[in-house]
Amino acid sequence: MAIYKFTLPLTDEQVKSLKVGDNIYVTGKIVTARDDAHKHALAMYNKGETLPVDFKTLGIYHAGPIMAKNENDEWYMVAGGPTTSNRMEIFQDTFIEAFGSNLIIGKGGMGARTTAAMHKFGAVYGMFTGGAALLAANQVKEVVEVHWFDILGMPECLWVLQVEEFGPLMIGIDAHGNNFFTENEKITMAKKPEAYKIVEQALEAVK
Amino acid sequence: MSEQVSLEKVIEDVAVELLRISATNLPTDVFNAMKDIKSRAKTDSSLLQITNIIDDATLARDESKPMCQDTGIVSFVLKIGDDFPLKSKLKDILIAATRRATKEIPLRPNTVDLFLGNPGDNVGYRGHIPYFYIDIIPGDKLKITAMTKGGGSSNIAKLGMLKPGLGLDGALKFAIDAVAEAGPAGCPPYRVGIGIGGGEDMCMNFAKKALLRPIGKRHEDPKVAILEEAVMEACNILPIGPMGVGDGDTVIDVNINLAARHPASLPVGIVMSCWALRHGSAIISRDGTFEYKDYLE
Repeated sequence: MAIYKFTLPLTDEQVKSLKVGDNIYVTGKIVTARDDAHKHALAMYNKGETLPVDFKTLGIYHAGPIMAKNENDEWYMVAGGPTTSNRMEIFQDTFIEAFGSNLIIGKGGMGARTTAAMHKFGAVYGMFTGGAALLAANQVKEVVEVHWFDILGMPECLWVLQVEEFGPLMIGIDAHGNNFFTENEKITMAKKPEAYKIVEQALEAVK
Repeated sequence: MSEQVSLEKVIEDVAVELLRISATNLPTDVFNAMKDIKSRAKTDSSLLQITNIIDDATLARDESKPMCQDTGIVSFVLKIGDDFPLKSKLKDILIAATRRATKEIPLRPNTVDLFLGNPGDNVGYRGHIPYFYIDIIPGDKLKITAMTKGGGSSNIAKLGMLKPGLGLDGALKFAIDAVAEAGPAGCPPYRVGIGIGGGEDMCMNFAKKALLRPIGKRHEDPKVAILEEAVMEACNILPIGPMGVGDGDTVIDVNINLAARHPASLPVGIVMSCWALRHGSAIISRDGTFEYKDYLE
């Protein structure tokens, strides 16, 4: 396990160097995208339409932030922790293939389809602390652009953000086919009989 | 008339403040539980995650901002005294408070209508939200708890209509299964509420209300108290830990609420909260004086 600080976009070498369990901090541009944004982006891609951002150069952040405008009518992030990534499992592999994104940020981990795509196309998944919305907002230095606000609304639209030392992101899926969360799920399930035993003993005691 | 208008204003103002407290101020006992968990963290990943959680909760309290962007589907637990002068009108007042809090705090607009989209006010188009759990109590006071529970931890709730033959053993193992299956998905460490008995809706309700007990407060029945501790111990040997990094405490506390069951049914409800276990309470008297509380009762 190691801790790294990187500038975005990640290079192929950086992506390859990362292993599950490493923690990284990233500086550069990321873009929020959750359910509707993934769906909308892929629909546009499939129709051959031009996307408003280049997802290849941006860290993709599964998040639906609370945003507000300051006295100069400029957007800023009030709170913006990650949302549950697994909802994007149905889109992420085709998204990575279509746009070439190599860093996905979220929480809770993702499944086999995403793991396979990350292995094949060279990408990693970094977990930001779920719920740590103000830490995330503090690491956002500027709201660079906003797209699709009118059609998708505040939580679902694309917020392009300049971030500084955004993290720690624990690498949950690396580019070598390893998935920390699905492996840990197996270990967790294997531990259940031992957990059951504690309850059985307590029930015996209160009989 | 003017007295009533001012009482209405007090309730609305207090409710807005309760939503602010709930969204921005992690209850002290939950905060302390996080610090205890940090002291037990063994790996870098676990330490980084629990440190982030504590730092985020500290920022939220200091800056009076929502600790998590997901401020949930707003709900209020109301205990209305027999002699409290306002009753059905309370709903309108608290709906107004929810709209105001959404703008003032702000809360994220979460009420999505399947046909009409998101009205942006946390109230929605069809009634029902904010949701009210209403009870009537002796006396002349109104007791309110506001909850802003996030959607991620609601998605890991479980209902089991178990075969009665499985008994308490089956019910408690169902709870362990629910925590194991949740894994990192609902932002652990979790607070776990277990409702057993009643019916399919009641057990979920009991489970949710179990989340409103102070940390460490055991069930009044010593047998149930032992089982609460056993389930907690059992869940904490599962290698999930803060944000699912595989090391450290998985649950903050476990609370059980029991009710009678139908002879043919063993309903078990499991409701979990993420680490950001958020609520705020107040007691309002009929003369308009009020007092904020960490917990009611």
